[in-house]
Amino acid sequence: MKFFAALVLLGGVLPGMAAAKESDPPDSIYQLEARLTDQAGHAQGLDLYRGSPVLITMFYGSCQATCPLIIDTLRSTERGLSPEQRAKLRVLLISFDPERDTPEALRAIAATRHIDTTRWTLATTDAETVRAIAALLDLQYRRLPSGEFNHSTVIALLSPRGEIQARSTQLGRADPELLKHLH
Amino acid sequence: MRAPVVFWLLLATTIAHAQPLATTRVRVPGATFETILPPAPAVKTATVAAFELDRTPVTNAQFAAFVAANTRWRRDRVARVFADPVYLRQWSSDTTPAPGTGKQPVTQVSWFAAKAYCESRGERLPTWHEWEWVAAASTTARDARKDPAWRQAVLDWYARPAGTTLPDVGGGEPNVYGVRDVHGLVWEWVLDLGSMMVSADNREQGDPDLAKFCGSGALSLEQKDNFAMLMRIATLSSMKAAYTSKTMGFRCAASLE
Repeated sequence: MKFFAALVLLGGVLPGMAAAKESDPPDSIYQLEARLTDQAGHAQGLDLYRGSPVLITMFYGSCQATCPLIIDTLRSTERGLSPEQRAKLRVLLISFDPERDTPEALRAIAATRHIDTTRWTLATTDAETVRAIAALLDLQYRRLPSGEFNHSTVIALLSPRGEIQARSTQLGRADPELLKHLH
Repeated sequence: MRAPVVFWLLLATTIAHAQPLATTRVRVPGATFETILPPAPAVKTATVAAFELDRTPVTNAQFAAFVAANTRWRRDRVARVFADPVYLRQWSSDTTPAPGTGKQPVTQVSWFAAKAYCESRGERLPTWHEWEWVAAASTTARDARKDPAWRQAVLDWYARPAGTTLPDVGGGEPNVYGVRDVHGLVWEWVLDLGSMMVSADNREQGDPDLAKFCGSGALSLEQKDNFAMLMRIATLSSMKAAYTSKTMGFRCAASLE
């Protein structure tokens, strides 16, 4: 916790150190100072895809039930786009589960599910950052005593500057609301 | 985590106008107890490890000192994504609470702001289960929830119309741990705000939100006769993390290593 306290203090004294840019709109979620680690083990900010439209969601890798559907739903959404639109779109999946979703575990998921990591990123972060990102996306979750996670599903579309333009809670098919904003 | 307490006590004896009450924490022993918010379906008890909790809610004066040191949390500078447009609107200026309100609990602060305040002290917000367990205590018992007199006293506060000014913190009787104002002053943010996944209409049988949740679905509340705690849950689950309210304050907690 001391480490986070230091970060908060630094953020107050040296705003230039934050990932956020002065030009971020008031509603940009990129103002959150989040330290993510991607499937390749590289440190990233929440704004790693700044400048592109992004579909952002949260998941956990060991989920056996509904959750693999999240990847299918993201794919269905991509299939609703033209090749040009698809080439511009980026996808960011952030894990609820810092303990088990290590970069190695994320890499295995990416390989098994044939995920194109040039446009998609699977990322892990610490438990406190999970809380903050879930709060920004208005996504509810709780860790069950079994180590599983119980969570609502939200796929949000971010503008190139990190504003939430559309939010979908649908699973299994492309949400027309998301497609409308992407077309 | 002991050192900061000693530090604050020393500081309190050397600086005029210091508030030792508001800057110290108490230790709450770990416990397993019957909870209103089950950790999982069919699990009726929650376990909390020993932790430390502020004796009183955070005051306007304390929050003003935080805002002065962390200017991104000033009401004129805060990112809208972290706090709604009425964040700290009751203050006299962007940096100053209204005259005479320094010792009152700070309210109209968002969850993000409350969380940042506690982190700036090297602490955190208490979890719902930590808060619930401390809120179960009377002046003499750790779990007074089945004591009709205590229950009525708590309910009486919830039934009382909110006044225009909040009292100062520390006015309530200390509970068995020495924690004050858990009931009778303000609502309080909890760390796991995003875990209050109760269904929109908890009276319904079956689960209308099953499709919304991955995993075991919305949780069903226990202790349906415990109105005071049900109101707490209802209030918290209706708040989004950037929302603020005239009656929502907070206090900080710390884990014991």
